Amino acid sequence: MNPVGFFFRSSIGRKILMAVTGAILIGFVVGHLVGNLQIFSHPDKINGYAQFLHQLGPLLWVARIGLLVAVVIHIWAATVLTLENRRARGPVPYGFKHTIRATLASRTMRLTGYVVLAFIVYHLAHFTLGAAQSGTFKANLPKYTMAQDYAVAGFPVVKAGTQVDDVYSMVAHGFQSPAVAIFYIVAVGLLSFHLLHGFDSLFQTLGWRTHRWAGALRAAAVAFCLAYFAGNLAIPGAVLAGKVKPRAVAAATR
Amino acid sequence: MVAANSTAPLSITLRVWRQAGPNQPGQFVDYQSKDLSPNMSFLEMLDVVNDQLTAKGEEPIAFAHDCREGICGTCSCTINGKPHGPGKGVATCQVYMRSFRDGDVVTVEPFRAAAFPVIKDLITDRSAFDKIQQAGGYITARAGSAPDANAIPVPKPDADLAMDAATCIGCGACVAACKNASAMLFVAAKVSHLGLVPQGQAERDKRVLAMVSTMDELGFGNCTNQYECSAACPKLISHDFIARLNRDYFNASLRASFQPESQSTGGGAG
Amino acid sequence: MATLDSKVPAGPLADKWRKHKADIKLVNPANKRKYEVIVVGAGLAGSSAASSLADMGYKVKNFVFHDSPRRAHSIAAQGGINAAKNYQNDGDSVYRLFYDTIKGGDYRAREANVHRLAEVSVNIIDQCAAQGVPFAREYGGLLANRSFGGAQVSRTFYARGQTGQQLLLGAYSALMRTVGQGLVELHTQSEMLDLVIVGGQAKGIVVRNLVTGAIERHAADAVVLATGGYGNVFNLSTYARGSNTTAIWRAYKRGACFANPCYTQIHPTCIPVSGDYQSKLTLMSESLRNDGRIWVPKKKEDRLKNPAEIAEEDRDYFLERMYPSFGNLCPRDIASRAAKRVCDEGRGAGTSGLGVYLDFSDAIRRLGENGVRERYGNLFDIYHEITAESAYKTPMRIFPAVHYTMGGLWVDYNLMSNVPGLFVLGEANFSDHGANRLGASALMQGLADGYFVIPYTIGDYLATQKPGSRPSADGAEFKGAEENVRAMTKRFLDSKGKQPVSHFHKRLGKIMWEFCGMARTKDGLEKALQQIPALREEFWASVCVPGSAETMNQSLEQAGRVADFLELGELMCRDALTREESCGGHFREEHQYPDGECKRDDEKFAHAAAWEYQGAGKTPLRNVEPLNYEFVKMSVRNYK
Repeated sequence: MNPVGFFFRSSIGRKILMAVTGAILIGFVVGHLVGNLQIFSHPDKINGYAQFLHQLGPLLWVARIGLLVAVVIHIWAATVLTLENRRARGPVPYGFKHTIRATLASRTMRLTGYVVLAFIVYHLAHFTLGAAQSGTFKANLPKYTMAQDYAVAGFPVVKAGTQVDDVYSMVAHGFQSPAVAIFYIVAVGLLSFHLLHGFDSLFQTLGWRTHRWAGALRAAAVAFCLAYFAGNLAIPGAVLAGKVKPRAVAAATR
Repeated sequence: MVAANSTAPLSITLRVWRQAGPNQPGQFVDYQSKDLSPNMSFLEMLDVVNDQLTAKGEEPIAFAHDCREGICGTCSCTINGKPHGPGKGVATCQVYMRSFRDGDVVTVEPFRAAAFPVIKDLITDRSAFDKIQQAGGYITARAGSAPDANAIPVPKPDADLAMDAATCIGCGACVAACKNASAMLFVAAKVSHLGLVPQGQAERDKRVLAMVSTMDELGFGNCTNQYECSAACPKLISHDFIARLNRDYFNASLRASFQPESQSTGGGAG
Repeated sequence: MATLDSKVPAGPLADKWRKHKADIKLVNPANKRKYEVIVVGAGLAGSSAASSLADMGYKVKNFVFHDSPRRAHSIAAQGGINAAKNYQNDGDSVYRLFYDTIKGGDYRAREANVHRLAEVSVNIIDQCAAQGVPFAREYGGLLANRSFGGAQVSRTFYARGQTGQQLLLGAYSALMRTVGQGLVELHTQSEMLDLVIVGGQAKGIVVRNLVTGAIERHAADAVVLATGGYGNVFNLSTYARGSNTTAIWRAYKRGACFANPCYTQIHPTCIPVSGDYQSKLTLMSESLRNDGRIWVPKKKEDRLKNPAEIAEEDRDYFLERMYPSFGNLCPRDIASRAAKRVCDEGRGAGTSGLGVYLDFSDAIRRLGENGVRERYGNLFDIYHEITAESAYKTPMRIFPAVHYTMGGLWVDYNLMSNVPGLFVLGEANFSDHGANRLGASALMQGLADGYFVIPYTIGDYLATQKPGSRPSADGAEFKGAEENVRAMTKRFLDSKGKQPVSHFHKRLGKIMWEFCGMARTKDGLEKALQQIPALREEFWASVCVPGSAETMNQSLEQAGRVADFLELGELMCRDALTREESCGGHFREEHQYPDGECKRDDEKFAHAAAWEYQGAGKTPLRNVEPLNYEFVKMSVRNYK
């Protein structure tokens, strides 16, 4: 057999694909969060960061396509495995249902997965495409003038005085709607819950987990998910609490 | 699992899955089982119920059992939703009535999995496990061809770990307990046992690839790392072996994909 | 009258097997595939035989009544397997293993067979290690050994307390390999219900498919029975519930001689009976006697006391007292009888008075609780599961229980019965253990027969059969056997009684245990010979077998097995009655030394008694194979 056969047709192969794409997506959401946390700094930071990403041009598309492929494979594998799993139980279900120790997170992966998928679609529509809340989409807001250079690893990548999209204000506008902010919080909460099983599970699937450090791994997974949730809670939370405000509004009230 | 060593008799309501044959509809039927000694085993309780049914001219409940000491892997009921019933690290035949309370309703069903079709009442066909074994669950060693047993030392930790895996009794509780009816723990135990000893290295890659592919073909589900299997396992075989199986499979499939292979089509000298 | 030619080759003991292998006929490789061999049973003997014969090129069909060959009761053997490897450098040798086994069997086994068993024992360990059996190892990676009853060397190889399981899984994996390769046709859930004899030779079997109820006929060039022992005739035993005598019993009724049926092994260390409902007695491995000390109170009145409150000087470590040199590790028959004796004196522990203490407090002091847990943890767990008592805290209570049957179908040196073409392996035959089997020798015999004996000896018979001369399964003999099976099935289902099969099995068990158990008397056996036929009549008149023959029907399966036990039990008592001596597991109270030891009568009974069926209702014929001890002097067994 060839590698495609091993990884796309066998149960373990597809599980490995789940784990690897899951790991890629975890890496992405962590990077994404770290980038977004710059909102707690001067607007230069997040706006410069957004500008920097746009300047990557084709590289950005490579990353986007890579992520898209990861998402598609992750969902495809999940779907195929789930359909097989249902068939595997057979025609008659248990009359008395009982769970010995499977965690709630592990038993709700499909459900949390649906919500996360819906969230991603909305999130892209909201902040990337401008299809939702287009009035406050970055393209429709006044341009922002960089006060200082934005540097990555010491190299100035966006010069002071450059006119860039005002992502800072777009985010602040977006989360001023409590409905949006709460949906966002619930969704990242469920995503964190999804990761609680996913994080632990990928080590098992890739064969790196043993009982010798399973406890530590579990603790790390819980800590990671809590930190991830806290970070994601902070942004809409801060907007709702009035700690982060759109720039124009901020100027008006000063 | 052993409760206080009480000797007071108890009575329970048994809710048993009755199914006359393969592909026939089944249903739960209630039976009263009275004045049971707490020191009676669960299967002995079924014996008594069956004798009562027989005396009434009814067909007794078909259930699989043999050694009644937890080693042959024949017994296979799901009791109150848990394969092999209450208790940790025991088979159904090692469940004693002292695990239940007077007045309990106890639901008894067959192991449920598409790969284990019901034959009658509580008995399922688990020959799928034999088929997985036939695919590669062995070390080829024809009688008469073996070197001295001490010629190949086996490090004690490896032998001990192999033995942990080898304690599998092939009962199928892992499949029955798994939310996805996956046979991963069973296959992992076999692959790990044989892959941990030096004698098993020659066929190691072939074994894991063949056993996993047969497991897939037979309609078992996929592992979602929930570890219900190892919790229900009467021998408490660890799901660490599943991680090991995953790694073995990954490495073997890479080698099978990319390693050079002989182009010769065989044929001996002379 | 059957002719019992043992075919033991001439020459020095140590050369017999080598010479025989060189002399017996061979089947050439191209012809092997023209022969079909039926192997019934898939325990150690059956699965090792089936896979080995298949590897050699024979076409093999394997039949088991279990749902998988791996379930055979060999799987339950706990302690270990003997082999004369002398890895411990403690003076072991093939001769010593041979001698211990002959002596352990109380000089009632065939010398040449036992020597061959000891010879091939070393190959068995090699074979099993090569199959990946995870034997216990020392830190250096070499094989570990423990000691077992009846031996003064450490020659027992083991895999925790699950040696039988691991050896069976090894043999099963070989069987699965050959099934996967298409060399063996596997028939699970198929119970052999008759043997088909064509022209005086075994040429096939009739089986019932236990799932569909279909009756099938299978023809072959030779039939190998490896169907285990018949200890369930006692109802309560350490056997699996399904273990039965049906295959060998029906073969007996087709002319195969049944040798020494009364030789029954009672294992000293089992968990005592707790109630009427009991279906099974659980063995606690003999290996426990390495570190546990067996005792009862010296005074009757201490019987019900908490054992912890009985002072050291009030305890009677009776095995150590009676047999100082072997102590707690004396052979099984001796330990069992000693336990019976102290219980008969009224000193047995517990309310039933049927129990002795197996005490680990010394071992725990010496090794620590963890040290004991490491060696015996799983056995202590089993004990706890069943009794709800912790043996770390309080001594185990144990009592002897039926564990093994040394008797079985008579076979010659080639393991062929008196019916040509019918081979019998493992516990189903009578050949290697005499009147008592030593611990860790059953596994050895099963694998020896399957891996290293039958592959050679079956050729000697098949070479006399023209390739392709196998009869058709549609022949008159096959149809007749099928009719026989159908008639019996119909008789069960037509019976209009009210009693479940188990009712009769329990009653038979009580008769057998009382009169044909650990101690037997002329009076008792005569009583049993009255009671069993009466019980059998009652069985046929009032048994109730619900359900139909066309589906899975466990009551029907059970009825057939118990019907056979009801006949076998009578034969066992008859054998025990005619053997006017005590030897090994057969203890006749009339024949004992003043200290209660077995008193053999080598003048009159240095022979195997092989019973030949004469037809329903007729007294079977007692044939005799004299045991000529050429190399070992028969002496009084002494473990003092």
